Amino acid sequence: MTDSRGPQAEKAPPADEHVRVEAQARKPAARTGPLARFGEARHLGLLVALALLVVVGLVTRPENFATTSNLVSVLSLAATIGVITVGMTFVIIGGGIDLSVGAIMALASVWATTLATQSYGPFVMILCAVLVGTGAGLVNGLLISYGRVVPFIATLAMLVAARGLAQRMSDRKTQLVQQGNETIVELSTTRVLGLPLLVYIFALVVLAGWILLNRTTFGRRTYAVGGNPEAARLAGIDVRRHTLLLYALSGLCCGIAAVLIMARTTTGSSTHGDLYELDAIAAVIIGGTLLTGGRGTIIGSILGLMIFTLITNLFILNGLNTSDQLIAKGLIIVVAVLLQRRGLESRT
Amino acid sequence: MSAEAPLLLMRGIVKQFPGVRALDGVDLEVRRGEVHCLLGQNGAGKSTLIKILAGAHQPDEGVIAFDGREVRLTSPTAAIRQGISTIYQELDLVDGLSVAENVFLGHERARFGFVRSGEDNRATRELLARLGHPEIRPSTEVGRLSPAAKQVVSMARALSHDTRLIIMDEPSAALAHDEVANLFRIVRELTAQGVAVVYISHRLEEIREIGDRVTVLKDGRAAAVGLPAKSTATSEIVSLMTGRNVEYVFPPRRERPGSGPEVLRVEGLTVPGVFADVSFTVGAGEIVGLAGLVGSGRSEIIEAVYGARRASGTVTLEGRPVRRGGAAATVKLGMGLAPEERKAQALLLDQSVAANITLAGLDGYSRFGWIDRRRESARARDLIETLDIRPGDPERPIRTLSGGNQQKAVLARWLVGTRRLLLLDEPTRGVDVGARAELYAVIRRLADEGIGVLLVSSEVPEVLGLADRVLVIREGRIIHRSDARDLDEHQVLDMIMEGSAL
Repeated sequence: MTDSRGPQAEKAPPADEHVRVEAQARKPAARTGPLARFGEARHLGLLVALALLVVVGLVTRPENFATTSNLVSVLSLAATIGVITVGMTFVIIGGGIDLSVGAIMALASVWATTLATQSYGPFVMILCAVLVGTGAGLVNGLLISYGRVVPFIATLAMLVAARGLAQRMSDRKTQLVQQGNETIVELSTTRVLGLPLLVYIFALVVLAGWILLNRTTFGRRTYAVGGNPEAARLAGIDVRRHTLLLYALSGLCCGIAAVLIMARTTTGSSTHGDLYELDAIAAVIIGGTLLTGGRGTIIGSILGLMIFTLITNLFILNGLNTSDQLIAKGLIIVVAVLLQRRGLESRT
Repeated sequence: MSAEAPLLLMRGIVKQFPGVRALDGVDLEVRRGEVHCLLGQNGAGKSTLIKILAGAHQPDEGVIAFDGREVRLTSPTAAIRQGISTIYQELDLVDGLSVAENVFLGHERARFGFVRSGEDNRATRELLARLGHPEIRPSTEVGRLSPAAKQVVSMARALSHDTRLIIMDEPSAALAHDEVANLFRIVRELTAQGVAVVYISHRLEEIREIGDRVTVLKDGRAAAVGLPAKSTATSEIVSLMTGRNVEYVFPPRRERPGSGPEVLRVEGLTVPGVFADVSFTVGAGEIVGLAGLVGSGRSEIIEAVYGARRASGTVTLEGRPVRRGGAAATVKLGMGLAPEERKAQALLLDQSVAANITLAGLDGYSRFGWIDRRRESARARDLIETLDIRPGDPERPIRTLSGGNQQKAVLARWLVGTRRLLLLDEPTRGVDVGARAELYAVIRRLADEGIGVLLVSSEVPEVLGLADRVLVIREGRIIHRSDARDLDEHQVLDMIMEGSAL
């Protein structure tokens, strides 16, 4: 410790000395920083794919692709599903699946836009959406962890039931955000540095999700519970409680997504978020998360989502058939998974 | 070839695995219509030998002759085609299919791809009748059958091929007493029809009852070939099995200054049908070994102590009662478990060595759920160094480590935070000889630091060499307890195989 650096050296208790020695010794080979991890091999392919799509956009639609308005529309589109994808990433790394995300988001948007809720003002509406989402997620979690219902079935039931409840509450009508509650809409209209607020909310959720997954005991245990539940249990982790929390987290993300979709569309509706679950799951899988659990990253999922969203955008900009768009997405999923499998095999 | 030629002849079979010579020139000779028993301690080479017979492994050297002709058993299908069927310890039946579907799985009678289930059912009914179990209906779902009935289905499956040699790997382990009698009746009928049986069991009384001849394996060699099963003295058989040539290096025991304060007290622990009235204590700094066969209840006792299995009776750790039905609470009290199946029950194979080490002690490195990664990785490095885990890179995926180093990482997991008691279930399974010595030294050092250790092992020399005190378990009961230095391998084997008290 000859070159100890002032303030750190002072407060370092003896036990910490070791840390610093090691940290320094490792510095030249440090490959564990967040930036390095971002560019890790498994994300490299996704980044290349994303770059390719951007090039395609620039070449085919030079006049509309690289515009602020297009960027805003891509990011706004990505924001809603993106928030859901963060929750989905946790659930899938934890060894589960959540099919009910789109339906929960619809229910939360409807519940928050009923006249009764709206009479309390925009903040109660937001609180309502978040609570409804979390509550539905808790029900999923309880069924799965303590009721021992298979995740696929429990969340499939929730998908059907939540959408039904949303239809019943709204009488199948689209509910407008009332005058006086425009604060919610401002999330999409107010721009900071050219981007609407909801894009920042999306970014915050991604950041929070990344921190939760990579820096906290909760995240570490999520990998453990998904990778080897028996080992997790014998290591003293309360696997059931953790599973419950994972689905509640996914529900919470649906609630936040509901706020974003209300902001974007100025409505609450039982038809919101149709098939979002498939987009979210696809994004997670493209991002390299194993459907069997125990492995995956938030960044991968978000890259996967951006690839998906860009494809949609490119098809729209080029005035192509939406059916072809679906075919392209299907191909992307298969190709991504095949490439990842090859990557895994070459590693071992 | 004369009619007297043996049905099966194996000569000089060698099988090498990385780091282990599992079979080192084994001979085996099985005659038509006999029950040939295979005996040997864990690691003697029994399972490798039967896997070679079943076509699951290929020998590196040696000759196999079946029915007078040299054969090569290149795959399980090839073995079956020769007429060799294997009934594994873990019955390999599909629970969701019917009895008949299981019996003919993979060789269904079909026409143009359509299964002729009527014919399968009829053939199955005949096989079951031949086995003396006409009451099992071919259409019943296998998942609803008792273990004994499943065993019969397995045998029907073996016979559904034109089988001339059946290998049974500890067939009685899962059976109750009267079911064993029925199993023997079936075996006798089969042999009367000229089918030969290779029978593997640790229970000498079974071997005496059903067996004709015995081959004893030790250290991958046949210590004796074709001894008469009924008349060979127990002491002779046990002598042949003991004194294995493995260089076990055990760390010296500390001369015990009277045993330390009591850490664990177990009283009247009972799981009906598995083990009963188990009582013992473990002192600080003491290693207590449980010696017993697979199926004797030893692993279940460990699980019950850990709180991972419901049981009646009391378990107290340093005077505080251990709540059962939750490992989380037990871990908080200061217990740790290195389970039997390292990969399935202990490791997160995709994660780094460091993440595996700190898994159970994360609370000690976090504040409000936030992991202090510097302290975490420093501690992981410390432990990697202390236990000499190699390679010493904490970020390396644990799946790339050898078995011995993985096991050290599992031990290291329980050294973060304060541990009072470690439960070790088969700590050296799948670990090569050199790494074993290191593990033994680590375990002894932990004990010397004041941790109580409860050790289960199938390897009698390991229990005797490592433990301070030994409890001998047979059929769910402690039949003997004494200082490890007062026992030898021969005596312990005698007790666990024949139930003779000292």
